[in-house]
Amino acid sequence: MSLDKEKIKHVAKLARISVDEAKVDSLTKDLNSIFKFIEQLNELNTDKVEPLTSILNRSLRSRKDEINDGKIREKILKNSPKKNEEFFVVPKVVE
Amino acid sequence: MSKEKFDYFINGEKGKYEVVIGLEVHAQVLSNSKLFSGSSTKFGADPNKQVSLIDSAFPGMLPVINEECVKQAIRTGLGLNAKINNYSVFDRKNYFYADLPQGYQISQYKNPIVGEGKVLLDMPYGSKEIGIERLHLEQDAGKSIHDMDPSNTYVDLNRSGIALMEIVSKPHLRSPDEVNAYIKKLRTIMRYLGTCDGNMQEGSLRADVNVSVRKVGDKNFGTRCEIKNVNSIKFMQMAIEYEANRQVELLEDGKEIDQETRLFDTKKNETRSMRSKEDAHDYRYFPDPDLLPLKLEQKLIDDLKKSLPELPDNKKERFIKEYGLNSYEANVLVSEKEISDYYEEVAKLSDKKLAATWMMGDLFAMLNDKGLNISNSPISAKNFAELVQSIKSGEISGRIAKDVFEIMVESGDNPKKIIESKGMKQQSDPKELEKMINEILLKNKDKVDQYKAGKEKLFGFFVGEVMKLSSGKANPQLTNEILKKILKG
Repeated sequence: MSLDKEKIKHVAKLARISVDEAKVDSLTKDLNSIFKFIEQLNELNTDKVEPLTSILNRSLRSRKDEINDGKIREKILKNSPKKNEEFFVVPKVVE
Repeated sequence: MSKEKFDYFINGEKGKYEVVIGLEVHAQVLSNSKLFSGSSTKFGADPNKQVSLIDSAFPGMLPVINEECVKQAIRTGLGLNAKINNYSVFDRKNYFYADLPQGYQISQYKNPIVGEGKVLLDMPYGSKEIGIERLHLEQDAGKSIHDMDPSNTYVDLNRSGIALMEIVSKPHLRSPDEVNAYIKKLRTIMRYLGTCDGNMQEGSLRADVNVSVRKVGDKNFGTRCEIKNVNSIKFMQMAIEYEANRQVELLEDGKEIDQETRLFDTKKNETRSMRSKEDAHDYRYFPDPDLLPLKLEQKLIDDLKKSLPELPDNKKERFIKEYGLNSYEANVLVSEKEISDYYEEVAKLSDKKLAATWMMGDLFAMLNDKGLNISNSPISAKNFAELVQSIKSGEISGRIAKDVFEIMVESGDNPKKIIESKGMKQQSDPKELEKMINEILLKNKDKVDQYKAGKEKLFGFFVGEVMKLSSGKANPQLTNEILKKILKG
């Protein structure tokens, strides 16, 4: 697998990372060399191996259906750059 | 019984088109707390009062799954006759939006908790099976409010993190009517199960609608458009109608349909493209590293299966067998669990068939009129059963019963008491009736002669006079019999 410049720009846009046009070339080169390194793994035959989603041999921890959180509006809104007493306030996003 | 034929097609100049619809229904799980946090899910709280550090995605917070939400998803899966997967995985679905603080939604992609199932619809042209592709658990997003400020959007995260079940149908639906029946059926099943309240006004049930068209007989599907987040059945039907016609027009003009996400504008009654969502399908799903796979013990699934209530399809069958109802009556009476409970209580104490007729007629009309539902009906099941019995036994006529019914609604009184105190008992003494009839015939000699000369529709006039004289209390059947006898003789 190798990435071209367009793909890099697309992924950057999706991730909301601004990429300097001048750096796209070197970024493409760097990323592709990383992919190349990782691709060595493809040499192994994994046909009959289930994908490993976690290295922990434990099952998912669960909790009871109880209300024991929330009611901390002040705390939640504290770091919001723009706010009023009740809401997060963001630039208008409307269809 | 002859059945109506399915006939939802769009006629173009180049041929006849059928509409292919698949739904992604988002049903809010009934639980006290959220899917991965202990915040309350109660509707209508002050903004941002039911938000934890997890729901607002503060760094370093870890999600812990609510076991009840898992059980609710399993129950719903079982209610949809679906396969429950013992192994499922939570994935991150990545996209940016102001009301999604994590920058991703925790959802299930490749391995959902519930696999294929089916739902049965009763259509005028027969029953139709709609396939379920899957059901998975995911988080709801927050709510953006656009109309409180001209230049800003306000965000309320109370809904953020509430558990949703996304129920994906196969593209088996073919008309707005089928969509209506399908949503209602899903809602009924979930309300029976107690897994979703189905309240569309509060957004507990909403759907993305996938629509495509193809010429009748075509094996391949057309290009589909997805209409996002429609929150009423009526709007779904309007959106489908508009969108299908739009697509047919494009095809007729020799144009192509772009696969895209569209929005239904309820004011203009049209769908339009959501350009901002162009990249949205690139969600870059990957397994959430904060959550291990969900492994379900078969015993848990079996136990939940044993504890399921009787579901609408089974109840309908039983109502037909046990109470002698027809399919239509049984359908109506099982549509809400509360209605079926009320009916059963009434049917135990009175005539089963007559009870169904009166419930579906006068009782439903009254409730509808007053904006009430069966749970807060002014007439108790016990009193309603007594009214039905009074009609059945001939104590009061159907006509008088309507008056008694009215008084019951006003006063909440017991029908026996009303009939007694207002002297509304039906006149069923043959001697008394005969006396009255003779009196009337005597007074209308001319009409009796005309009747005997062949003007038979005067019979109704005589009956009417008897009713007048008895202030509506004469037993109509008996009156007919006696009147016939006398007029013959």
